Amino acid sequence: MKRSLQLVAVATVLLMSSPLLAQLTVPEIPYDSAANVLTMPADIYLGEAVGVATNSKGNIFVYTRTGHPSVVEGTNRAFRFGSSRLFEFDPSGKFVRELGQGVYGFLFAHTVRVDPQDNVWVVDEGANMVIKFNPQGQIVMTMGRKPEAIRIPTPTINAANPGGAPLPGAAPAGGGRGEGAGRGAGAPQAAPATPPAPIGAGVLGDNFNRPTDVAWDAAGNIFISDGYGNSRVAKFDKNGAFIKSWGSYGTGSSQFNTLHSIAVDAKGMVYVGDRGNRRIQVFDNDGNFKTQFLNVGAPWAICITPGPHQYLYTSNSNGTADFENGEIYKMELDGKILGKFGKGGKLLKEFGSVHEIDCRKENELYVGEITNWRVQKLTLRPGQAGTK
Amino acid sequence: MKRGLVLCLVVAALLCTGSLSFAQGLQQPERAKAYATAREIPYTSVPNFLKMPAGVYMGEGIGVATNSKGHVFVYHRSSPSKLYHFDQNGNFIKEIGKGLYGFAFAHAVRVDKEDNIWAVDEGTDTVIKFNPDGTRVLMVLGRRPESHGLPPTPAVGTPPLMAPYPQYRFGRVTDIAWDNAGNIFLSDGYFHSRVVKYDKNGKFVKDVGTRGALPNQLNTPHGIAVDANGNVYAADRGNRRIQVFSNDLTLRAVYDNVGAPWSVCITPGPHQYLYSSNSNPDNNNSVLAAVTGEIYKMELDGTVVGKFGKAGKQIGEFQTVHAIDCRNENELYVAEITGWRVQKLMLKPQTPQTASAR
Repeated sequence: MKRSLQLVAVATVLLMSSPLLAQLTVPEIPYDSAANVLTMPADIYLGEAVGVATNSKGNIFVYTRTGHPSVVEGTNRAFRFGSSRLFEFDPSGKFVRELGQGVYGFLFAHTVRVDPQDNVWVVDEGANMVIKFNPQGQIVMTMGRKPEAIRIPTPTINAANPGGAPLPGAAPAGGGRGEGAGRGAGAPQAAPATPPAPIGAGVLGDNFNRPTDVAWDAAGNIFISDGYGNSRVAKFDKNGAFIKSWGSYGTGSSQFNTLHSIAVDAKGMVYVGDRGNRRIQVFDNDGNFKTQFLNVGAPWAICITPGPHQYLYTSNSNGTADFENGEIYKMELDGKILGKFGKGGKLLKEFGSVHEIDCRKENELYVGEITNWRVQKLTLRPGQAGTK
Repeated sequence: MKRGLVLCLVVAALLCTGSLSFAQGLQQPERAKAYATAREIPYTSVPNFLKMPAGVYMGEGIGVATNSKGHVFVYHRSSPSKLYHFDQNGNFIKEIGKGLYGFAFAHAVRVDKEDNIWAVDEGTDTVIKFNPDGTRVLMVLGRRPESHGLPPTPAVGTPPLMAPYPQYRFGRVTDIAWDNAGNIFLSDGYFHSRVVKYDKNGKFVKDVGTRGALPNQLNTPHGIAVDANGNVYAADRGNRRIQVFSNDLTLRAVYDNVGAPWSVCITPGPHQYLYSSNSNPDNNNSVLAAVTGEIYKMELDGTVVGKFGKAGKQIGEFQTVHAIDCRNENELYVAEITGWRVQKLMLKPQTPQTASAR
């Protein structure tokens, strides 16, 4: 009975957040897209452009799924690496360099972000890792740990809900950690004294299960959306020491279904793109639920602008196998919608599953697209709203 | 019948440890027994000792060792696994064994007294001896399995392999050490549970151990060291103890007060010390990390001299120490799995430990 009530509530929410309703009332923001914004060297190609971010100098970083995953055979085990790369471009889009060549944790790219000190942070969904590069391109911190070996055969994605629920058979708490006779054998004999954790709550610490994104508050505290396998936000201090985590799998407040993107405003409020539940949940700095925005579709990628008046962008991206939706919303931090732009498609100005937005400048956005294998630089002209 | 008895014993041992952990699971995980009383040894970490050239990266810090000139060798898990050679000032010299048939999943590197470099790979189950400048392979122990496609991963709960083990094949071999005569001792490993001895020419001599928690049994022997008298110290990590064997692999002593020994190292010189790391687990569980991470300094008889370090990501903290080099008693190198780095530690014992003061 309670369950059916919940279902009704969910259905109501879904109806209310229907894109049709949103589109009827939201003004269009005019915009242009520069063609071929990135200049690639002759023998380097972008693959799925899942991550894009700029630093304070306007240099552009792209974390892309490209090349091939390689498997090395061992005794009874197999090890996987490769297939994601991190590139840097200057503000004009000219290729500068590659970072992290052959790095152990580059396996299946998810996002890249640049912090206020211009450190470059990569989130790798396949390696379950968040890797911090300093501006010189050296690795200065690692969080999480790549699974040692792959399972053969590998677990299959749930086709009915791709990328949504935890993988079938995945351990509810920090599962997907690879193989291991002897794994954790060095632990003290006593396991942590906990009743069975809710599904998706994960393990206390930087033990990720397909993490998706990273953000920081003004003090440098680190917030990680974690992710597909787990359903939690994890908070660490600026040195990477674990502080707390919150959330579990579900539809209630402080519950998540594929938290896919995360951003923190100047006051330290935490905005979580709860994609599978088609909402943005807002928490205070300690993880207390404050509010939610239900009217902007499924937030694949969110971004908060810097400066005295901050805005929130969120992309209701089209799926990787359709042209449905695809528009990006511009909002006040209180959830008020200011406008929207874009749609799914393959032409310039159209979007192929926008996966990350960079909004260091309010009206000059970079978007990384999964299915179009490209980064677009968008120039917004909100003053001309309504001239569509 | 005898086999059945052994099985019964093993099952009993497993049940025993199982119920123990269940009982303790009701409380917080516990510190190593020696933690409360062991004195702190002050130390510093040299910042950025190893200088990586642009575009060269370290992966999981798995093995670190120095040679007689102070050069540093790091065997780390990269794409797939790489052996790097640095000079005594931490400047990168070269990569050794690029594309080598035996390099898949690093587990240890050690340098013998002739400065030969030995790499232990738990992925291909080979132990590879290089000449001192790393340009030639001098000996190979074990063999990488022939490829006939990728075999399915054993199901969770597959029982561990029990002795006897093949003489010249390994089961995720972990570490290597030598006695003064050049005899080779291996800890083998995750799948096998034994210490195995070869002569200096690689000929099998004998082995000891099977899976279990009883004396002479092992649960993930993860590191190994040999003292000047030829005694063998096996880091029996899963059983949270160090088992000490004589040179012919007869059990002599058990040290069970320094937590789970991820890595052991014995200093050279007239007064030898044993370092053992009770590393924080590599699963990044912050509850377990809060009660682990320290390294112990011990006399060879097991007396704890002191301890230092804790789990953490900052300089001077440890992110799952996987190897210790202790060629100099107070100048250690540690390799860290989850931190992807090697630190050089300068220990500053407050009361100098000398042979005469003992």
